[in-house]
Amino acid sequence: MSEARVQLEGDARERRLVLGGDWSLQRPQPRAAAMLPGLANAERLVLVAHELGSWDSSVATYLAAVLRHCGARGIEVDQRDLPDGLRRLLALAFAVPARPDARGLAPRKDYVTAVGEASVRLWRDLPAMVEFVGEIILSFQRLLRGKARFRRADLWYFIEDAGVRALPIVSLISFLVGTILAYMGAVQLALFGAEIYIADLVGLGMVREIGALMTGIILAGRTGASYAAQLGTMQVNEEIDAFRTLGVSPIDYLVLPRMLALISMVPLLTLYAGIVGCLAGALVATTVFNVGLYEYFNETIAALSLKHVVVGVLKGTVYGALVAYAGCLRGMQCGRSAQAVGETTTAAVVLGILLITVSASVLTIVFQKLGI
Amino acid sequence: MSTPHIEVRGLTMAYGDYVIQRDLNFTINRGDIFVIMGGSGCGKSTLLRQMIGLHQPAKGAILYNGVDYWAASEETQASLRRGFGVLFQAGALWSSLTLAENVTLPLREFTRLPKDVVQEIVALKLALVGLAGFENFYPSEISGGMKKRAGLARAMALDPEILFFDEPSAGLDPLSSQRLDELILELRNGLGATIVLVTHELPSIFAIANNSVFLDADTRTMIASGDPKLLVEQGPDKVRHFLKRGLSES
Repeated sequence: MSEARVQLEGDARERRLVLGGDWSLQRPQPRAAAMLPGLANAERLVLVAHELGSWDSSVATYLAAVLRHCGARGIEVDQRDLPDGLRRLLALAFAVPARPDARGLAPRKDYVTAVGEASVRLWRDLPAMVEFVGEIILSFQRLLRGKARFRRADLWYFIEDAGVRALPIVSLISFLVGTILAYMGAVQLALFGAEIYIADLVGLGMVREIGALMTGIILAGRTGASYAAQLGTMQVNEEIDAFRTLGVSPIDYLVLPRMLALISMVPLLTLYAGIVGCLAGALVATTVFNVGLYEYFNETIAALSLKHVVVGVLKGTVYGALVAYAGCLRGMQCGRSAQAVGETTTAAVVLGILLITVSASVLTIVFQKLGI
Repeated sequence: MSTPHIEVRGLTMAYGDYVIQRDLNFTINRGDIFVIMGGSGCGKSTLLRQMIGLHQPAKGAILYNGVDYWAASEETQASLRRGFGVLFQAGALWSSLTLAENVTLPLREFTRLPKDVVQEIVALKLALVGLAGFENFYPSEISGGMKKRAGLARAMALDPEILFFDEPSAGLDPLSSQRLDELILELRNGLGATIVLVTHELPSIFAIANNSVFLDADTRTMIASGDPKLLVEQGPDKVRHFLKRGLSES
C-alpha cells in the first residue's frame, strides 16, 4: 500500500488536484485545510483520480471539504475523472441540504449559572412533589370506593418482593445493629454494675426507633431503587403513555400497588427487625456480660409497653410510604434515555433516605412533645 | 476472487432442544444484496444474529472469506467483526449520546485519526444518510425513520465490508421505506459493501435484492435460494405464492 497523497497542479485559473495512493481510515491522510489556500484565485478545479489506488470514506471526507470550499467561492469543480462510486457518494452527501437551524452543543455553563439553574430546578420540583402526593391521595380515594384499577397479581408480587425477599438482609442488619447497641450500652452500664439495663436500651432502641429506621433505609436502597428503575424504563418505552391513552390511570395501575405493598410490609418488617435486635441483645448480654436469659427477658417485657411498639410500627409505616413515594415519583419523572434511568434511580434513593431522616426527626420531636 | 464473501455450510439453529432451522447452505458473493426471507417466526433474525456473532449456531459453519467465524480465535473473531456494520431493528442508538457521538464512538475506538478529522468523517456519514445538521440531537428528539438512518450512519462509520440490516423498513411509511432502499442501493454502489438484510417487505426485496434465501417455518429448513426475480417465476409453490402477493399488491 502506498501512502495517500494529493498534489495541486496547473495554472492559477484552472487548477488540477491529483489524488494518489491508497486512502484508508486506518492510516494518516492529507488534510483538506492544508491545500485549500492554493485555490485562492482559481476559477475551475479539475479532480484527477487516475493515480488513486484503493479508497474508502476518508477520501470522500477530504473531497467533501474541497467541494464545500469551492461551492462557497463559486469555483467550478470537474468530477468526471473520479471513480463512479466516489462520485455517487459525494452526490449523496450533498443531496439533502444541512438542516438550516442546526444547533451546536449546549455551551458549558459557568459556576454561577449552574448553581442558579440547580436552585430553580429544586424550587420547581416542590410543586411537582406536592402534586404527586395529591394524585396518590386521589388514587387511594378511588381504591376505597373500589374504583381503582390494578392487577391483584402485581400487588402480591410487590408484597412478596418487598416483604418476604427482604427478610434476609433485614435480619442481618438488625442483628448486627442490635449487637452494636448492646455492646455500646454494656460498656457504659458496666461502670455502674447495671448490665441488666442492656435489655431496656436494646429493646426500646430497636423497637421504637432503630428497627424502623434501618428497615426504611434498607428498603430505600432495595425496593425504592427498583421501583424507580421499573417505572423509569417504562417511561423510556412509552409504556406509561400507553396506560394514559387507554384511559387507565398509571397512578392507580403502577403506583398504588407499590405504595400498598410497602405500607403493608414495612410495619411488619419493623416489628421483625425489633425482635431480631432484641435477640441479638440477649445473645450479647447472656454470653459476654453474664446476664441471665430469664432476667433479660423479664426486663425487656417490663421496658416495652404497647405504646413503644405502636410508635415503632407507626414510624415504619410512614417510612414505607415515603420510600414508595420517592421511588414512584422519581420513576414517573424519568427522562427518555438509559442514563436518565440511572439518574432517576439514584435520585429515588437519595430522596427516600432524605425523607426518612427528616420525618424521623419530626416524628421523634412530635412524640416527645405529646409525651408518648 | 473465487472464494465467496460469505458462506454458510450445514447450519442448524436451535434453542436448547428446539430446532428452528436445519441444514442451511448458501453463499453470498462480494457486492451482493442478499435477502433473508420467510414468514414471521421462521428464524430470520436468529440467522442474522448468528451471522454477526451474537449467537453460536448449534451445528455448521459460517465462513467469511473462507475463515470459519465460530471456529476462529477470539482475536480473529474481533477483527472479522470490525468488518461488520449492523443496523438493528429499532436503530439501537445509544440514548445518552448525541447522533454525532453515536457515530464517533466506533471511529474513536478503532482508528487513530485526529479529533477534527473524525469530526469531518462523522459529518460526512450523517450527510450521506440525509441528517446533516442533526449532529447534536439526541435519539429521543428525532423520528423513527431518522433513528434508522442515524443507525445506518453508525453502522457505516468504519466503512465495513459487510452491512447487516434487521428489518430496515419495519415501522417506516412506504415512501420513507423506499427512500431507505434507494439509500442502501446507493451506498452499496458507492462503498462496494456486501449487504445482508432480513426483511419481508416485498417491494424492497424486488427493488434491491439480487440474491436470497427463503426459510420455511413448517419444514424448518430453507426451501429456495437465488435471485428473487427468478424465484418468483421458477421457485417452489410456497415461495412463488409469498413473492407474488407482493407483485399484485405493489
